[in-house]
Amino acid sequence: MSETEKIPAKQMLRDVVDMVYREAQEAKDRGEPVGWSSSKFPAEFTEALGLKVVYPENQAAAISAKKGGQRMCEHAEAMGFDNDICGYARISLAFADGAECEEKPMPQPDFLLCCNNICNCMTKWYENVARMHDIPLIMIDVPFNNEKEPSQAQVEYMKAQFKAAVEQLEKIAGRKMDEEKFNQACANANRTARAWLKACSYLQYKPSPLSGFDLFNHMADIVTARCKVEAAEAFEALAEEYEERVKEGTSTWKYDENYRIMFEGIPCWPVLRTLFEPLKEKGINTTAVVYAPAFGFVYEDIDGLAKAYCKAPNSVCLETGVEWREGICRENKVDGILVHYNRSCKPWSGYMPEMERRFRKNLNVPVVSFDGDQADPRNFSEEQYKTRVEGLFEIMEEEAAKKERV
Amino acid sequence: MEIKNLLAKFKHISDNPKEMLDKYISNGEKVIGCFPYYVPEELVEAAGMVPFGVWGGSKKISLAKEYFASFYCSLAQMNLEMGLNGTLDKLSGIIVTTLCDTLRPLSQNFRVGVPNIPFLFLNHPQNRKEDFGITYTKEIYSELLEKLVKISGHSPSDEDFVNAYNNYNESRALRREFVKLAGKHPDKVSAVNRSAVLRSAYFMKKKEHSEMLKELNELLKKEEVKEWDGVKIVTSGIMVENKALLEILDKHKVAIVADDVAHESRAIRVDVDLNEKDRVLALAKQFANQDDDTILYDPTIYGRPKNVANLVKESGAQGVIIFMMNFCDPEEMEYVSLKKELEEEGIPMIKIGIDLQMEDFGQAETSIQAFTDVIDF
Repeated sequence: MSETEKIPAKQMLRDVVDMVYREAQEAKDRGEPVGWSSSKFPAEFTEALGLKVVYPENQAAAISAKKGGQRMCEHAEAMGFDNDICGYARISLAFADGAECEEKPMPQPDFLLCCNNICNCMTKWYENVARMHDIPLIMIDVPFNNEKEPSQAQVEYMKAQFKAAVEQLEKIAGRKMDEEKFNQACANANRTARAWLKACSYLQYKPSPLSGFDLFNHMADIVTARCKVEAAEAFEALAEEYEERVKEGTSTWKYDENYRIMFEGIPCWPVLRTLFEPLKEKGINTTAVVYAPAFGFVYEDIDGLAKAYCKAPNSVCLETGVEWREGICRENKVDGILVHYNRSCKPWSGYMPEMERRFRKNLNVPVVSFDGDQADPRNFSEEQYKTRVEGLFEIMEEEAAKKERV
Repeated sequence: MEIKNLLAKFKHISDNPKEMLDKYISNGEKVIGCFPYYVPEELVEAAGMVPFGVWGGSKKISLAKEYFASFYCSLAQMNLEMGLNGTLDKLSGIIVTTLCDTLRPLSQNFRVGVPNIPFLFLNHPQNRKEDFGITYTKEIYSELLEKLVKISGHSPSDEDFVNAYNNYNESRALRREFVKLAGKHPDKVSAVNRSAVLRSAYFMKKKEHSEMLKELNELLKKEEVKEWDGVKIVTSGIMVENKALLEILDKHKVAIVADDVAHESRAIRVDVDLNEKDRVLALAKQFANQDDDTILYDPTIYGRPKNVANLVKESGAQGVIIFMMNFCDPEEMEYVSLKKELEEEGIPMIKIGIDLQMEDFGQAETSIQAFTDVIDF
């Protein structure tokens, strides 16, 4: 292909996710088993075994972004699931129950891969789906960490679980895991993670060559395809594009960059445009999102792999969570922080007030919060959001004026 | 002592945990607070200290709001509140677990918000049954024991472990027996008193509690079983201890003949095997054998709802009242399967939303009354 015909990275990334879902459907059509996986289950094993897997969290986000979240949540509520259960879980349970869903169809599962580094709700969510479909559930349990590094006992526990999971997966696949293919999957995952981190690192440029909201969309790849070489290539292409933009002085953020903020939390997918509008109007670019460090994990060996999967936003201690965020806030030179209190995510929002205090003290930037939900639009108030962004903007203006006077 | 006097004694202790705490402290004993769920209290006792259950209990929630938004269960918020407002200051340590999504951030909020009380972190595994799960549990229990020994200055001998395990096994057995006896004699043991007997165990040395309970159980065994002119039910939930709520059950002659309550029977199902000479391993195996709880991963996938249905059949109950703790994800996530199982078995059930701060039970009373009418019909 000639240089002029180069496919934009954004398209490449979209194609990779489409490929994951298409291949899963094709496998299902051929009568092969297809799995559902939590977003940070070690995909290296299924990739090495050639098992096709789709991702309910990614599906739920896509359904929500296409305005199907409320309908699916209401279906789950009619089944008896309470409306304060995670919106992703409700959407997924509704889909597992056969609720119609044109926004993001995917095959129903033949086996389940649950890793509760994301949350404990995941355990019960997958148990429910296992019951509904009478299918095997492969469980990798990650006890919550109170220290910055997992203990060796936890690493050994993780490795033993990996071994047991592989044995179960081999039975499902009907073949043994090939060591070479496993090594290749790990190499791909590391390459993807490096490329992802590199792409995210361009947020440090001032002005930024990208809108941080772009990363929310690209997360789909890091979740669904990090062990695939195509994902690594697409992120490398994305990093190259950002590099070009830095040289050219252009950006995917088409507005003034008066201020730079960290957007804390999972975005409210049903109202992404509504989130974006006041930021755009005020010239506030998002230059820090915690997904960069949360999914940008590189490891060298099986111990490293085990440790990497111990570290998800909801399984690390408060100090590590603060460190991740303050690191990207400093690197990417933010002027303020906008915190999403996400009704769907108790573990995430549960240490936000303390984090807010630490951000203010350690980073000396204004922090403002709003109430919302990653999937259920009923838990979001546009008025409140706009007022809070306005408030954050005003404080950042005052702070900037103070700095000028100095 | 007569049944009613013994029950009054249990009730006094259940209503006044601070008195017990002060008594132990003034005796020069060290007391360790134990948050929900599955804290191996035996280790605390073996290390020469008094385990003390901390399952809510503050009158209001205000300081904890600085740490939690509104959508967190009142149990977690109250526990944090009591740390922040000084109620727990006399404790020599506090054991905090992480088996649900609210306990995860609670552990961090408590550690940083209440720095004056030694913080003892315990992160149980969910894959607890396999050898690797048991090994991991043993490791974290050993670490916990080490920290407890540092606080007490007493490294337990084998005899200390055996004594503690015997005390706890005996206490669990007596409480299990009491649950059955209370179910047989609702005319003698009201729902309020049943709760008080079980709840007081969290605030007493198990040996002391057992001495009283042994006497009560013996007296109950001698009582003639009278035909109950009300209804018999199984309760299900995290906690069912609000007196106003229990008084409604008593008022409408609703007898609790068995329970699937985390604070009650779920906590006393499994004993420690004294034949296992590796004493910490014995405790790890005890945790491995815990099952049928919304808080725990169920590798059989189908176990817990069936267990509740069986409980109804075995106890002769006519229905189930699910007391749903507001904002409790694990209970809410398991509700649908439980409802389905009970419906398939033809067991009537209702769900009543509660939290530990609740004062107005008007709606709950109407629901309970309607439910008893349905059962009676």
